[in-house]
Amino acid sequence: MLSIQNLTVSVDTKTILKGLSLAVPNGEVHAIMGPNGAGKSTLGYALAGRPNYNVISGTATFNGEDLLDKDVHERAAAGLYLSFQYPLEIPGVPALTFLRTALNAQKKLRGEDEVSAPDFLRRMREIAKSLKIDMDMLKRPLNVGFSGGEKKRMEVLQMAMLEPKFLILDETDSGLDIDALKVVSDGVNALRSPDRGMLVITHYQRLLDHIKPDQVHVLVAGRIVKSGGPELALELEARGYDEYLGVAA
Amino acid sequence: MAAVKETIETVAKLETYEHGFVTDIEMEFAPKGLNADIVRFISAKKNEPEWMLEMRLAAFERWLTMEEPDWAKVNYTRVNYQDLYYYAAPKKKVGPKSLDEIDPEILKTYEKLGIPLREQMVLAGVEGAPKYAVDAVFDSVSVVTTFKDELKKYGVIFCSISEALREHPELVRQYLGTVVPVSDNYFAALNAAVFSDGSFVYVPPGVRCPMELSTYFRINAENTGQFERTLIIADKGAYVSYLEGCTAPQRDENQLHAAVVELVALDDANIKYSTVQNWYPGDAEGKGGIYNFVTKRADCRGARSKVSWTQVETGSAVTWKYPSCILRGDDSVGEFYSIAVTNGAQQADTGTKMIHLGKNTRSRIISKGVSAGRSSNTYRGLVSAHAKATGARNFTQCDSLLIGKTCAAHTVPYVESDTAKAQFEHEATTTRLSEDQLFYAMQRGLSQEEAVALLVNGFVREVLQELPMEFAVEAQKLVAISLEGSVG
Repeated sequence: MLSIQNLTVSVDTKTILKGLSLAVPNGEVHAIMGPNGAGKSTLGYALAGRPNYNVISGTATFNGEDLLDKDVHERAAAGLYLSFQYPLEIPGVPALTFLRTALNAQKKLRGEDEVSAPDFLRRMREIAKSLKIDMDMLKRPLNVGFSGGEKKRMEVLQMAMLEPKFLILDETDSGLDIDALKVVSDGVNALRSPDRGMLVITHYQRLLDHIKPDQVHVLVAGRIVKSGGPELALELEARGYDEYLGVAA
Repeated sequence: MAAVKETIETVAKLETYEHGFVTDIEMEFAPKGLNADIVRFISAKKNEPEWMLEMRLAAFERWLTMEEPDWAKVNYTRVNYQDLYYYAAPKKKVGPKSLDEIDPEILKTYEKLGIPLREQMVLAGVEGAPKYAVDAVFDSVSVVTTFKDELKKYGVIFCSISEALREHPELVRQYLGTVVPVSDNYFAALNAAVFSDGSFVYVPPGVRCPMELSTYFRINAENTGQFERTLIIADKGAYVSYLEGCTAPQRDENQLHAAVVELVALDDANIKYSTVQNWYPGDAEGKGGIYNFVTKRADCRGARSKVSWTQVETGSAVTWKYPSCILRGDDSVGEFYSIAVTNGAQQADTGTKMIHLGKNTRSRIISKGVSAGRSSNTYRGLVSAHAKATGARNFTQCDSLLIGKTCAAHTVPYVESDTAKAQFEHEATTTRLSEDQLFYAMQRGLSQEEAVALLVNGFVREVLQELPMEFAVEAQKLVAISLEGSVG
């Protein structure tokens, strides 16, 4: 269970999240929707521990463990994975090298044995195939010169390899055409399991047609202003956020 | 937890130099200071031929008239040349017959540095693992050269330069000082006067040297300058790959290292020269460390000859070094691949010169500079084409990576062409290690230090790939260790 209580976060001097509370039980998929500038991405960054995203007050725990006093890589090793809206390019580091280094670093932190090269490659091949990623692409520097769609598929490939316990998908649908959206969504759905929670941050209902949420939350001006079932996403799609903007003010 | 900010703050913790220990052995020194008598002493100590002494004395006379250069972008306390020992040797006979005759403390030193001197250890290693022969230079003298007998079967001569002067004087005389003349520059003249040892390699025509050759230089004694001289000759159609590694103890005072390396490649010969330089860089305040003032030059004398320099420079307080190629033979090729990492208060002014003299000569320069801490890292390079060098081509790529806000990177390329029929290309980039990239890598599970190491290794990968396999791994670790003090 990811449990967030009264989280207030500022970036530079601006307060973005203003006492946000949210609970995502293991096995559930929750969607966060909201207008531009509401703080959706900030929530993902703050949970992942991005520098300059300062937690002013509040708590965030994962399966009872305090997340906020951990370093970025320790949160990752604890099972938190953030799929970036704009994945970074890593020049000179082949995707295979990057992922194997990351996976082993996580395992080391958790006190587990490193994965052997043949085992790693075997799993990599399976997952790459399911995501329609060519193995040759994995020998190229990670994300360098990749299209938007390729970068998002690489994000899903990484989460499948790292097997995190909790996923935050930050606008994973942006920049994807319909075919790529299907491939990416299938990849994410394959990771749904009773012991894995997900937080899906999106602008649009269309992603939620593919990744069906258990709960939908409306985030406006740094707070959750309404929560409901999947039907809430459809409502938002039809009516927009106007009626909530007054609530938040 | 601003990653890069922390990087800067923790630069102070520069206690990462692994090779800072001192070996306690009995040493023999020449008296401090430099004069013609010291030059004679060194020459006599080595039983050199008369012409060598004359060459040394001429170089010394010349040196007295020269001034220390100051055009490089480096600041340092000038060396008091009269306060140095010019000869320091372990107190055992020079040129031991077998390893058993070497002071066990010295053997322990090389063991500690991970350098295999016992051939049987290498032979007993993993089947199929490449063998490499080692010449180990301890302060002023070569203590041992391995695999000499096996190399002899191929006609390859690999020994210390002192031994070469005794055993193969004509060969040495024919080539020594022909690539770097004694009057070339201040430090080269000094080296010619007082050089005490170094390595000599001769590969006969058509022979592909069957193993990697390497020399490990170790400065141990205090207040000692190390002036080694290396001469490598690849005769027609020969091939040799050579690697040098360097370390020194951690000391508070600066130590001078002024080496000269000369390479000669005749027709169709190919020399690959790799350096992993890890001299003590001094502490975070810039106290101590090695002054590395080295002249390295290759003469691609023959047609279709090729020389490739690869250097990984992570150590030294001050580096002044431009491994160069004179592309004299038609269709000859020069390459320079460089990684220069500076941290703390280190200063590096390094690069290359590609002098195109022959027709259709080609050169390629890939330089990767990584600066952290308060260090300064300068690439200085010259590409020139003589009027007769029609069809000459050069490609230069200089990339600089900055870690933090208090370091500096400079690129000073000189391009001169006396022919309209040459084609020179130059590309340069300067980037800062981005906090976003670090965050991304850390979100995947890497600690800050691991993330910096991975990103920096990505940055320098193109050059690492040029190193012989077993050294590439070593160099990769070294780059990470050198930057260890720069992250939190």
